[in-house]
Amino acid sequence: MFEEIGTTTDGDLIINVGPQHPATHGVLHLVITLNGETIRKVEPHLGYIHRSIEKMCESLTYRQFIYVTSRMDYLSSHINNHACAMCVEKGLQIEVPERAKVIRILLDELTRIASHELWWGAMAMDLGAFTPFFHAFRERESINDIMEETCGARLTMNFIVPGGLMADIHPNFQKRVKDFIRLYKSKFEEYNEMVTGNVIFRNRMEGVGYLSKEDAISFGCTGPTARGSGVSCDVRKWFPYEGYEKITFDEIIETGGDSLARYMVRVREMNQSIRIIEQLIDAIPEGEYQAKTKAVLKLPKGEFYSRVETARGEFGVYIVSEGGTTPYRIKFRSPGFSNLSALDQMARGSKLGDLVAMMGTLDLVIPDIDR
Amino acid sequence: MNDTILQNELLKIFPELVFEPGTEWLQVTVQSQQWLPLANTLRYKVDMDFDFLFCVTCIDWKTHLAMVYHLRSTTSKLHLVVKATLNPLNPEIDSVTSIWKTADFHEREVYEMFGVNFKGHPDLRLLILPDGWEGRNPLRKDFEDPINMIRL
Repeated sequence: MFEEIGTTTDGDLIINVGPQHPATHGVLHLVITLNGETIRKVEPHLGYIHRSIEKMCESLTYRQFIYVTSRMDYLSSHINNHACAMCVEKGLQIEVPERAKVIRILLDELTRIASHELWWGAMAMDLGAFTPFFHAFRERESINDIMEETCGARLTMNFIVPGGLMADIHPNFQKRVKDFIRLYKSKFEEYNEMVTGNVIFRNRMEGVGYLSKEDAISFGCTGPTARGSGVSCDVRKWFPYEGYEKITFDEIIETGGDSLARYMVRVREMNQSIRIIEQLIDAIPEGEYQAKTKAVLKLPKGEFYSRVETARGEFGVYIVSEGGTTPYRIKFRSPGFSNLSALDQMARGSKLGDLVAMMGTLDLVIPDIDR
Repeated sequence: MNDTILQNELLKIFPELVFEPGTEWLQVTVQSQQWLPLANTLRYKVDMDFDFLFCVTCIDWKTHLAMVYHLRSTTSKLHLVVKATLNPLNPEIDSVTSIWKTADFHEREVYEMFGVNFKGHPDLRLLILPDGWEGRNPLRKDFEDPINMIRL
């Protein structure tokens, strides 16, 4: 797996970035072929954190496998749980109570903001600015506190289960979310002042890592990566689930195709998430938080696919059932895996220093890629 | 264009296709040697335009392997699930990397996890598994891990 530092027959230099490198945010290993400082080829080597979750799930019941899925894209664990719960509900034709649906959307959007906050801070840190990281974590921390109070966890939530939710929300939930919205709105301008409008930052992002619309579709890119290239692909708009069709929000699309466009999509998307939360936070219907389900879930024979929009793109769950209590085969279509495959195309011809900006705006979460 | 029209159009060009009724998305089973011409038609024929290959996977049914391709058109929002049956002893199918670039990574994953040989793939080698793993395919049903860390 490890290729030594060496030269090709053309005289190009081969270097390794990672698997232990601060800019890869996890154990991603890139083998880069360089001509001078120009990138000829980028080859990702994956698998350092591969846990074979798909194989594990084959011996876990439909109630148990939700817990493993939180460990894939750990920054959008609610949304992963949501996709899996939806897939099981589709198979069993469970009608989820309205209250659970609204709370699910609220948690999803809070997760999305938390994930984008972390990305924003980490990406600015990759480009050499350390301060934004602390600013981002200040707001993210209050989301984590809300999650801790309601779900009892700060990272791997396991709160959304087939049939609804694990428990009802904490009595303080609405008040704390409103407090968070106030905090966020008072701080958001700082983000733009500090990073978005910063001339050094813009110069490092503009025109870097260009991905055309055709390539974005062909590489199977989804989420902000594709929307930065002008592809309309928001699952919440295209194939609405859990009542997203009743909520007013915009799908953010930028046509630049470069790192700055992808950056702008994510920053503007946070405001849309706030907009969704504002519409729902006072409109949580009363009622049950969980549908009545059997203790042992048995999916009928067949194939079920469900998908959601995570912070990184389209996350799909494909369950093949033989009628038993465990899936016969399960496949997770993770957004990061497809997004990463476009990195080579983006990076060819640019300078080595720009690779960090490209990886930053792809928002890679390695456990999501490796699964 | 809707599912029925698509089904009829496809049957005109490929009469031996088998459509499966009663599924969420239109589902079709194809002979493995017919997959590449079918893929070309689906991608490039006017009004089909299945430009988005969002999921490629394989299922080990013990008696045979089944490749599953999930396709979507970003213009018409139509979905199509294409399946191809492979012989488990010598599984082989044409690569579609030249049509959808995303197939590159997905096919490499299926290659190492199921041992399917993708003919015409430009760079078919291990992606996730460590070097020297060749020959043992973890997601096959008969795979036994000597360390057994994942058996629960």
